[in-house]
Amino acid sequence: MRELEYPFDSNNILKRAKRIKRELLSDGSVRLKKKIAVLGGSTTHDIIRAMELFLLDAGIEPEFYESEYAQYWQDAMFPGEELSGFTPDIVLVCTSVRNIKTWPEIGDGAERVAQIEEEEFSRYTQMWEKLSSDYHCPIIQNNFEDPSWRLMGNRDGWDSHGRVRFVRRLNERFASYAEAHETFYICDLAYIAGAYGLDRWHDPLYWYMYKYAMGMDAIPYYAWNAAAIIRSLFGKNKKALVLDLDNTLWGGVVGDDGVENLEIGEETAIGEAYSEFQEYLKAQKDIGVLLTVDSKNDEENALAGLSHPDGKLKPDDFVCIRANWEPKSLNAKDIAHSLNILEDALVFVDDNPAEREIIRQQLPGTAVPELPKEPEKYLRILDRSAFFEVTNLTEDDRGRTQMMKANVDREALKSTFADYDEYLRSLEMTAVIHAFDPLHFARISQLTNKSNQFNLTTKRFTQDEIEALAEDEGYITLCGSLADRFGDNGIVSLAAGRIEGKELHLILWLMSCRVLKRGMEQAMMDTLVMECEKKGITKIYGYYYPTAKNGMVREFYAERGFELTKSEADGSTVWALDLTKGYELQNSIIIIQEN
Amino acid sequence: MNREEVLERLQPVFRDVFDDDSITVSAETTSADIDDWDSLEHINLVNAVEQEFGMKFDMGQILTMKNVGEMADIILSRI
Repeated sequence: MRELEYPFDSNNILKRAKRIKRELLSDGSVRLKKKIAVLGGSTTHDIIRAMELFLLDAGIEPEFYESEYAQYWQDAMFPGEELSGFTPDIVLVCTSVRNIKTWPEIGDGAERVAQIEEEEFSRYTQMWEKLSSDYHCPIIQNNFEDPSWRLMGNRDGWDSHGRVRFVRRLNERFASYAEAHETFYICDLAYIAGAYGLDRWHDPLYWYMYKYAMGMDAIPYYAWNAAAIIRSLFGKNKKALVLDLDNTLWGGVVGDDGVENLEIGEETAIGEAYSEFQEYLKAQKDIGVLLTVDSKNDEENALAGLSHPDGKLKPDDFVCIRANWEPKSLNAKDIAHSLNILEDALVFVDDNPAEREIIRQQLPGTAVPELPKEPEKYLRILDRSAFFEVTNLTEDDRGRTQMMKANVDREALKSTFADYDEYLRSLEMTAVIHAFDPLHFARISQLTNKSNQFNLTTKRFTQDEIEALAEDEGYITLCGSLADRFGDNGIVSLAAGRIEGKELHLILWLMSCRVLKRGMEQAMMDTLVMECEKKGITKIYGYYYPTAKNGMVREFYAERGFELTKSEADGSTVWALDLTKGYELQNSIIIIQEN
Repeated sequence: MNREEVLERLQPVFRDVFDDDSITVSAETTSADIDDWDSLEHINLVNAVEQEFGMKFDMGQILTMKNVGEMADIILSRI
């Protein structure tokens, strides 16, 4: 919904919150239902109200538990029945600088100051450990914004007795804790309040009158950030940028003005703005974002522009360049198709309002940030929109562009073979398939949250849940990675089943679309059957639950030799494979390596 | 602007905040007349009214407003 996109009108969102919520809930879309416990150190009513709207708009329907006023610690340590029975999917500890209990005083010795810091910090660590062991779900913790006043003025920031210094030390310790603990995330109140403007953030009237930790119109900015983390954890991040060229990545029109006259580089103010924007976009690759071009240009001119000596982005940085005179909406659809991602995983960036409007109409799921006229403002709009909020950064994210480019090389190779199996053999594929292991928990959880198309049950798992599955003797789990002569794709397929006597019930089966039609599913099935035979299992049950996105695997179990045993009115199907009748290996192309 | 005009501009704000197009506000309207008007909604309402008229109430005023009429009087004295 346009009203809820960055940059939003904070006051309008709050004023119209009830109407917006009603409209979102009646738009007919299917949303992920998630339970969020908000443990607050201040009044959190309007925070939850705004967060709910942002989450609904992102395809998540939250149910909230809200602690009584400022009861965050008591609730965490001694939960009442309501919270313990709530079984949250996320806990958000919504505290602020107002919740610091003891501050250093001017006369305190170094030991006393260190002791106060330790006491404050351990009050939080105790709480996090308790929450983590009670709920086994991700925890989001606010760090502290700077205090509203400074006793010593600027000295407050460096003297160990200063409150500003104290807050920053605690924040550093929070950050170290987050680095050392997976599934623990910091919502960076310090940055959010700074970006908003600290004096406006600390609106004293709202604290004294209502015990709001921030002014009313700051609330949506906080809620937006907390929602971005939640969105990211539940796989709602975007995956690729679809970029226009002329007047988006550089000033001027390359076809008309010529490469030498483009504004990019350090020579002009506008050129510098475009340079930093390109630098920002190029860095997106490091967090796993795929860069693509969708431009009305002759390809030759587009490549010439991208090869500008002062440009930061080079043709090689893009996984796919569509520069032609086709409608941009067709190109964008084609880009999604060729990358095997959905249109709603794209972010379309174009300075031309008319092009943006066409994309909004033709690709309704695609994010289309409203760029201002001034190019120096592009960067901030993209940055604050949090399309690619990073919660877990895996090895896989960092190498994604390389992997996608390898896919392009594979496609080129494919066209040289008449026989598909011959092509597959030429790839010299090797797979490693084994039970879920700690080294890959983060990637496994990420895959369950990101895969939509080749996903039989579309069941999402947090990292804690993956760990629990891996340790449970009552389950068989498998994760498979696939490599070939062009490179290693990493973990691309998962399966998990619950053992019930001599039966296995598959609660999870998915594969990354990156390795479609490579025979990986056959290899996974072979390994699964072998694991079943080791455990004396004689029958495997597979389940297919239809969604708007997973039509491609409707017949998956039939193709694997299963028989249909049940068919529900909603399209769900249950399949069975009887191992007593003998099982013929399905994979003959991929070489399976021992772990 | 007179009191009537202030009341007229307040009505759509109330309707937005409470998501109820049947609300008609008068000088005598109090929180007892509108189902959802509790202390938490009051915060949102006050903020929306402030935005509408480009002014801010002070702490004392927020605490002592008895009905919409008094709200309108404060607005008139501040714009």
